[in-house]
Amino acid sequence: MLARLRNPWPDSRAERTLGAVSCLVGVIVVAMIAFVAVHAWPTFQHNGLSWLSSGESPESSFEKMQTAGVDPPASAYRLRAWPLLYGTLIVTGAAVVLAFGLSLFSSIFIVELAPERLRKLTIPVIRLLASVPSVVYGLIGLLVLVPFVGNHLITASEKDSVAATMQLTGASVVVAIVILTIMIAPIMIALMCEALAAVPGSWREGAIALGLNPLRAVMAVTVRAARPAIVAAVVLATARAVGEAIMISMVSGSRAARPNFDHGLLVFLYTPVRTFASAIVDFREGLSAPALGSSLYAMALLLLIGGLVLSVCGYLIKLPMRKYQARG
Amino acid sequence: MSTLTPHELDQQPDFQTGRGRRSSPMSWRWRDRVALAFAWTAGIGLCLIAGAIVVYFVVKGVQYLRPSLLFSRPLVSTSESGTGGFLDPLLGTAILTAIGIVLAVPLAVTSAVWIAEYGRPRWLARAIESCIEIVAGTPDVVIALFGLAVFQLGFMGPFSFKAAGGGVYGRSFIAAGAMMSLIALPAIFAATRDGLQAVPEHMREAAFALGKTRITTIRRVLLPSVRSNVATGVTLGISRIIGDTAIVVFLLGASLRIESQGSVPGVGLLRGTGSTLTTYVFDNSPAGEGNAPQKAYAAAVVLLAFVLGLNLLVEYIGRHQERATGLSVATGAV
Repeated sequence: MLARLRNPWPDSRAERTLGAVSCLVGVIVVAMIAFVAVHAWPTFQHNGLSWLSSGESPESSFEKMQTAGVDPPASAYRLRAWPLLYGTLIVTGAAVVLAFGLSLFSSIFIVELAPERLRKLTIPVIRLLASVPSVVYGLIGLLVLVPFVGNHLITASEKDSVAATMQLTGASVVVAIVILTIMIAPIMIALMCEALAAVPGSWREGAIALGLNPLRAVMAVTVRAARPAIVAAVVLATARAVGEAIMISMVSGSRAARPNFDHGLLVFLYTPVRTFASAIVDFREGLSAPALGSSLYAMALLLLIGGLVLSVCGYLIKLPMRKYQARG
Repeated sequence: MSTLTPHELDQQPDFQTGRGRRSSPMSWRWRDRVALAFAWTAGIGLCLIAGAIVVYFVVKGVQYLRPSLLFSRPLVSTSESGTGGFLDPLLGTAILTAIGIVLAVPLAVTSAVWIAEYGRPRWLARAIESCIEIVAGTPDVVIALFGLAVFQLGFMGPFSFKAAGGGVYGRSFIAAGAMMSLIALPAIFAATRDGLQAVPEHMREAAFALGKTRITTIRRVLLPSVRSNVATGVTLGISRIIGDTAIVVFLLGASLRIESQGSVPGVGLLRGTGSTLTTYVFDNSPAGEGNAPQKAYAAAVVLLAFVLGLNLLVEYIGRHQERATGLSVATGAV
């Protein structure tokens, strides 16, 4: 047996074996979607698509689910998850938009403007920032930024204005957005830098020869040619941001607030928030309660589907950009 | 305006300082000047943020990190000084990394070889590649919930920690390690595939001309020449495994100490529960049950030191490879 394995394999058998092993990845992905969907089914069965609508506060629903025990009545499955979806969209959206601006200009700086010595320093720094674990970012947020926002930025009158419904401690939308931005920007920058550096220098040179100033030339030629890779970077960073659970759960105050601008934008930014991913972490102890477990699996399913939709969207956006694409 | 080559342009001090014969930023339109200023601010600001994080943790490390913490086990205590060290979380991180990498490397390298060297039927190869992209884009909480669903199945009992009553928790080093391999898989796959695609075609042709079959070529020529790519991928994978919290929180249980299951030494450990550095930080932060921020800082410093070390390792492998073969290793995968 061993001797047969040691001898060189015939090529056809090797091809089939390697192919079969590779297919395992496909099996895992299908199993992942299937398992999560099966566990998520009961909550959609009881709520239908109004699961996603607004209505009663999810906080009270979660409490009911936890107290409902191992054999919950149908009413315990009731959940209106709009505030969670809203929290996810607003935190992720704001962070992605901020990080995009920051990353695009930093990458231009690193690739085109920075002096050689600074560039050699920046690239490893960016890689390091990209690989810092999320729990470390969460720790910084919780022990540095949250107290700072709570003690210095939120005024007493702002605290009083919402004191009836919630406490503003500093664990808030704004801290979550800031830290998430710092977390995903390095991912974008690493990919964007690679893309910008791959555009032939002669293209930009041509634009400069035509009379553009160097910065315009970079914006008009280099960035334009690198657009497909920039879209890919944004898609990847968005996927990371949507799925970020531990950090958001640590710094966001963990409370599903209804979208509420009654007291102005600032007070809204100081309110606690809860996203799909952070809700899963927050209620990890309640997974064994069927109603709550099913709701959490439904959120996981949404995150999975959201990720798929995101990559398909990225692909579709990239299609018309291929024309001026630079291949590295 | 300017007929400089990009190389010369980079060398031009005029462009950076704003002095000189052509294209001084002072003569640009204000919108361009604002954009230029913003690019500088963004770039330097980011370096400052990174520097601030590093300095902050170095200070905290000097304040709170004691060598004894690394060698003592966590204890339950009401006072912060009595909670012991993080020997168990360190071991937990090591065990999980080992399991994750051992499971991920064969799968990732095999798929990369198959896709880069065979890749027929074409649609299947593309499907597998997309599947790996899906795994790369799946949040770790979702992978953790998937793992919980799989390992809570009755027949998975032998791989999992069991309650006294016989209920399957779905939590163990095996469960967490298996899911960790999914976290490391995309990085190893991408590095290996890119390495294989960068191997010049004439190396394969030379092997074929010597009468080697495809699989022998792969084993004797291609795999040895992409060794450092695989090493880079593995290093990136390790740094992702070390940094992951959600999977450990869901699949390894909440106890900080390693608890074995059953009496067989090695197997019992793998079936048991424990913690890693990341969950130690999480539990000891104000968000967790322990609430011992000084211990959390100390563990976070150790964690960052590991990540920094792995980053340097990636850089070193890349340089080494470039010097040896002239091929550069793609280290962009994050």
